Order: sequence, then structure tokens, then C-alpha cells
Amino acid sequence: MTSSRSANVEGAASSRPVGGPTYVVLTGNPNSGKTTVFNALTGLRAKVGNYAGVTVERKEGRLLGSPEIKVLDLPGTYSLAPQSLDEQIARDVLLNRLPELPEPALVVVVVDASNLQRNLYYATQAIELGYPTLIALNMVDVAEANGHQINAGKLATTLGVPVLPIAASSGRGLPELRKGILSALNQKVVTDGRRGGARFCQLPGPFAKESGAIADLLAAHFKEHRRQAAAEALLILSNEKALASSLQHYPKAIQDAVDAARQRLDAAGVEWRSVAIEARYACVMTIHQAVVVETRPNDETFSDKLDRVLTHKIWGTLIFIAIMALMFQSIFTFAQIPMKAVQDVVDWFGGVVARSIPPGDLNSLLVGGVIAGVGAVIVFLPQILLLFFFIGLLEDTGYMARAAFLMDRLMSRVGLHGKSFIPMLSSFACAIPGIMATRTIESPKDRLVTILVAPLMSCSARLPVYALLIAACVPARAVFGIPKLMQGATMLAMYLLGIVVALLMAWLFKKTLLKGETPMLIMELPPYKRPLARIVLRHMWDRSKIFLRRAGTVILGINIILWGLATYPRDASVQIKFDRERIQLLKPAFPQVQSPADAVEKIKQLHAATNQTNTPEVDALVSQLDDLDKQEAGEKLRNSFAGRMGRFIEPAIAPLGFDWKMGIGIVASFAAREVFVSTMSTVYSVGSYDKSDIGIKNLAETLRQQKHADGSPVYTTLVAVTLMVFYVFALQCVSTVAIVRRETNSWKWPIFQWVYMGLLAWGLAFITYQGGRILGLG
Amino acid sequence: MAEATQPLTSVTLGATATVVEIKLPPASKPRLMEMGLLVGTPVELVRFAPLGDPVEIKVRGYHLTLRRHEADQIWVRTTAAGTG
Repeated sequence: MTSSRSANVEGAASSRPVGGPTYVVLTGNPNSGKTTVFNALTGLRAKVGNYAGVTVERKEGRLLGSPEIKVLDLPGTYSLAPQSLDEQIARDVLLNRLPELPEPALVVVVVDASNLQRNLYYATQAIELGYPTLIALNMVDVAEANGHQINAGKLATTLGVPVLPIAASSGRGLPELRKGILSALNQKVVTDGRRGGARFCQLPGPFAKESGAIADLLAAHFKEHRRQAAAEALLILSNEKALASSLQHYPKAIQDAVDAARQRLDAAGVEWRSVAIEARYACVMTIHQAVVVETRPNDETFSDKLDRVLTHKIWGTLIFIAIMALMFQSIFTFAQIPMKAVQDVVDWFGGVVARSIPPGDLNSLLVGGVIAGVGAVIVFLPQILLLFFFIGLLEDTGYMARAAFLMDRLMSRVGLHGKSFIPMLSSFACAIPGIMATRTIESPKDRLVTILVAPLMSCSARLPVYALLIAACVPARAVFGIPKLMQGATMLAMYLLGIVVALLMAWLFKKTLLKGETPMLIMELPPYKRPLARIVLRHMWDRSKIFLRRAGTVILGINIILWGLATYPRDASVQIKFDRERIQLLKPAFPQVQSPADAVEKIKQLHAATNQTNTPEVDALVSQLDDLDKQEAGEKLRNSFAGRMGRFIEPAIAPLGFDWKMGIGIVASFAAREVFVSTMSTVYSVGSYDKSDIGIKNLAETLRQQKHADGSPVYTTLVAVTLMVFYVFALQCVSTVAIVRRETNSWKWPIFQWVYMGLLAWGLAFITYQGGRILGLG
Repeated sequence: MAEATQPLTSVTLGATATVVEIKLPPASKPRLMEMGLLVGTPVELVRFAPLGDPVEIKVRGYHLTLRRHEADQIWVRTTAAGTG
């Protein structure tokens, strides 16, 4: 790799560890358009992973046209004095503290031109670190539209680094940026990149003196990072969190020196917490005045006008509710057409496989276990795509921050803040990105509370379960002229139930286990922007890939195991008993039938005959044989391992109105909720596999046809609702447990979470079922 | 309006005022200041959220939201006209 790069960047490797890849690090404020710049620089082949030991997303790609150069997208950051885990990682990368990453060869600071002052605050901090730096002055189009004319050349001179004006969303200036990155990497060798690092703060004397002394200590102790010592000293002296977040990094001597310096400054009446910030902003103001010409008065932008409506007391609230309602209603109605298409393909494929493999265990495994099982989950892909489409849209337009603004009051009632709203909203898609999104929450206790309640939000894995049960058991008729209103309303009710209980639990946790003050809220409301199709589609694709991967691995594996559990052990006596009954049944009409083989042959003929001639005698016989098939399948399932497991837990779930077949589903979906759907499919199609050559029946239809011994339906609306309530609360997701373990760094919290959610699930399902029966709904 | 100091939350909506003092505990102040809210910074009260809290303000050309609890501790002096 080194050799291929050196053709491009002559000799650049000499200043870095031999063989290490060249890293260009992309950093900047949140909402500065960093992700759009990253996508434009790297194309569509980014690698998303994690930093070692934490779940902060590590996004990295290769520079288009120069694949030997890696581009790393850091989490959005307001300051190098970190307030959250996200910002801490960005700081650690920029201070070159992570053993997994080499020193950045170039730092590209993305600066939002339409919000120059606050962005320059961070940009000057980054420049002071002394790496070769380049400013991508983004959104110059927006700045110009708002009447701010920025002189990029003058800004470059003032900052001492190249400034390239771009508009990443429209692609303006991007080829120049790419060229600029390459030439900056080249230049590094010429100037050796060892500038001392510019200084942008005119610090008051005593503070500058203390800061300088600490810088000397740092330079002596961390020799290889001598260049950044001055900038680092400023950070750890002026910010308590900057020091507290890396106590293991600094030796005791340096920590003591900082404490002593602070005491001396306190005694001298110097506000060491704020002087550096004030000095930097004073400098930023000077730069701003020098490079910006206001072409017209600061009037209301389009975004401001939009906010007048979207955050309005009445309209804003109504629109918020309408957006949420539209989201859930459309997931249930618009997705129907593509879902039907996917179902048809799965059915067709199952039919083809069933016909081309001789009947027996392999046929049954492939058709009833693999295809029906995985197919039953894949069918929900259109709904999941639609959900991620909405979430991506809300995020990319900037509405998500408004949702947090609108909901903050409710969140603060339970002791959380608006920032917890975004992780919780993301958890509707999947608790994993939701829990990962909690890393923007500054207070550890609030972060933990949010993690504990986030999985109560109905994630996309529950969607297949709800969708199946609603389709099977909730009337589809139109109400008030709206088609499928009852179904959409049931779906919304399940989501609301999760939300309400999550808020109650958060309140409870904040009152008891994790007592603490209601945290501060400091949140930016970025200007609205037109969503970019490629960003939204990318988001849909990335998230759906996770779903598909699960369907292809975990769910496939569970299905094969389940099929085995539902098929074995085979009790030969059951087979013999039913064969005898078939022969008995056929004998009066067909005296030549003597053996099971004869019977199978005759039954095949009869089935073929019913498709052409419909004599009542033949019809009656066929339906009697069908009943026998069902009884036999039922008895086989009952005797299977899965049946035994289901019956074993039946006493525990009987008070909830569930039978042992549902018990199989619940047991199987302990690893992943959506497995319930494929399990039901396996359980019921295993039950009728002898006829799999006529195609896999629609699962919802199959559920509706299930009857108790007395002929009453198994899946009543009440049972379906109770099952859904159970699924709202139970933490049946191995991945969530694993991520919570990693996020909280202990088994204590995931176990606690699993237990409390399990108790909630059982308790509330019990109340639902028994309450429903008392009300006469059973 | 008279030249008097008052909490940010009691300023007329849409009016610009200048920060004179931030009466928050030392630990809560730095991030607010890093976001650009310093003594001497002009700030506009934009609106309250539909449920009355939080508050939306405009500072250094961008929109920021804070809780009333904190915004009440930011004391400002109203100026005759918004000078940005």
C-alpha cells in the first residue's frame, strides 16, 4: 500500500510509522454537512464499524480516485473539551490517543458558512493542534442566500490554512476539495508539517503563564505529541471535563499541577473556566468581521418562516401528531402491495422447490422450515424500508430536532430531556441504533435511564409480529370511510403503549435507582433543509441490510433448529395409527386399498380428481382425509421436542390465554422477536407439510383457521392483542442485550433490564387478557 | 423598553437583548459559553415550545434551545433596536 501511495504522494510516508495507511480525518460541528461531504469524498463504499471498546460509530471510506488514502468521519463535535462520549472519541482521535489509529495525515474541518462564528470556535481549536489542516467551507450557497458574503481567501490568510468554499449538497466545489486534499498531503512533506500550530486566543497574563507551564510538562512527558502540548494544556487547564474524561491518560504529576494552577488562578481572581472561551470568541469575532460582508439585513429565512408553523403552539402540535399518525398508517397500508409481491415470490419459490424434491424430510425442511420461515420474515421488508424512509427523512430535513423541542417538556416531566427523545425515536426502527444514539447524552445516569427504557419502543422486529397478528385477528373493514382504520389504530395503540410505559419507567428509575437532577438541555435547532434522496436512501439501505442479514443468519439458523425440534422425535406409532385410520376410511369405497402405500396413491388420485369432477362422495372423502391429516400433524407436533417445550411452559402462559403452540413461538423468539412469525409459519406448515405441493398458505389465513377442540377460534382478537402486549414489553432480542452489555460495561444492567421487561410483559399481558375476559371480550 | 436587566425569559418575543450575566453554577456554564452565549453577546428570544418549555433563542445567527430553568438565569439588558 505504501508503495502505491508514494507514487502519488512523494515520500509522504517518511513522517509517519512505516506501512500505516494515510488517514484524512473529517471533523466539524454537528449539522455542518459533514456526512454529505464524507459521502461525496468516498462514494458509496464506506465501512461502518466501532471504535475499540465503545459503540461510537466509526465511519471510514477511501478517497474517490485515490483509494490508498483513507477518510475517517468523526462524530460531530462542538468543542475539543468533550461533553459526551461522541465528543470524547473525536477528541481522542484528534489528539492521536487511540492505538488503533495512526496520526492523522491531514485534518479537514467542515465549517458551516451559514453559522460561521460557532463553527470557527471549533475550527480554531482544531487548527491549534498543529496538524496539516484544511477548511472545507460548506453551505456557502445557504450563507449567500442569507446575505452573508464570505471572503474565503481572506479567511485562509487569517487562519493560516487553505479554505475551500463548497456546497456539498449540490456538489459545488467538491472536485476542488478533493484536489486540495491531495495537494495538502503533498505539501506536508515540503513544509514537514511541523508548524508550531497557530494561536488564536489572546489569553490574560496569569492564565497564559500557567497554561504554558503545563504545556511544558506535557511536552516533556508525551514527547511524540510535543506539537499539540500548548493546545492540550489550554483544554485541560480550562475545562474540568477535559481532564476528568482522561484521568488514566495523564500522570498524577500533571493532574496535580493542573489542580495547583487552578488554585493559584482562583486566588488571583482569574475565571479559569471561562477566560479561554471568551478569548477565543473575541478572536472569532475579529475574524468574522474581517471576512464577512453582510449583503442584506438579517431578515427571516425560509427556515424561520417554516418554524413559525411547525413549532406553533397549536399547528406545530397538530402537525407533529399528524406526521406520527401518517407514518404508522402508511406503514400499514402503502406497504401492502410490495408485501403481496414478496409473498407471491416466496410462495412460487416454495412451490418450485416442493415439486422438484421428492417428498420426505429434506423437502419438509426446505419448504416448511427454510423457505416458509425466512420468507415469513422477508415479507416485512417493505414495511421496514418505509419506516426507515420516514426516520431518515425526519433526520435529514432537521425535523427530528423540532420533535425533540416539542417533546422536551414531556420528557423533562419524567426527568429526561429532549435529547433522549431522539434515541427513543430511533428505537422505533431498532433499539440498537437507538441505544447507540444515547452517546450524545452528557449525563451518565440519564444515558443509562434512556438505555433501560429505549427497548420499550416498538422496534421494527416487533412490526412483523404486530402485522401478522393484526392481519389475522383485527377486522379490516373501513371505519369512517377510512380503509383498515381498526388495524392502523391497533398498531398505533401498541406503539403508544410502549411509549407511555417507557416514560413511566423512566420516571420511576429517575426517582429510585438513578436519582439525579433533571439535566440541562442545550440543543441546536439546525435550519431545515431539502432532504437529499441519496442520504435518505442510503439510510434505508444501511438499516435494512442489518434486518436482511439477521434474516439470512440468526433467523435462518433458528428456523432450521426449530424445524428439527418440531419434526423430531418421530413417534412411529402415530404414523401407524393414522395410516390404519386412512385405510379404514378408504376401504368401503375402494376395497383394493390394503397398505399405507395404496392409500397414499389413492389419496393422490382423489386430490387430482377433485380438481376436475366434483362428485359429493369424493368431496366428502377428501375433506375427511384432510381432517385426518390435520389431526395427525397436530399429534406429531404435540409429541415433538418443540411441542414438549411449549407444553412445559404452558402453565406459565395459560393465564395469558396462550396455548402451547404460541409457547413454542415465545420460546423460539427469545433470541429475536421476528422469529415468532417464522416459528408460527414453521409450526403450522410443519403441521400440514404433506400438502406443501399446493403452495404455502398465507400465514394470517392459517392462524385464523386454527380452532380449539370445541371449534372456537384459537386466535381471537383478545388473544392477539394480549400476545402483542407481551411482545411490546418482553426483551426478546439477543443483540440488544449484547449492546447494552457493551454500552454499560457490565452484565448487571442488561440482566436487570431483561428481568424488569419480562415482568412487565407477563404482568401487563395478564391484565390485558383477564381484564378483557371480565369485560366479556374473550 | 427601559434599560434594565431582566431574565432572558421575560424579554418580549422577537426582541434582541444583550447578555449581562449568566448566573449558572460553574459546572453548567462552559458548554453554554462554547455554544456562543457569553456576556456581551446579543441574543433574541424566539419562542417557547408549545408546552411552555423549552425556550428557543437565536444567538450568533443560529437557533438554540434551552430550558426555562437555565434561561431564567441568563440576565440580559434590552437594547433599543436589534443591532445583531
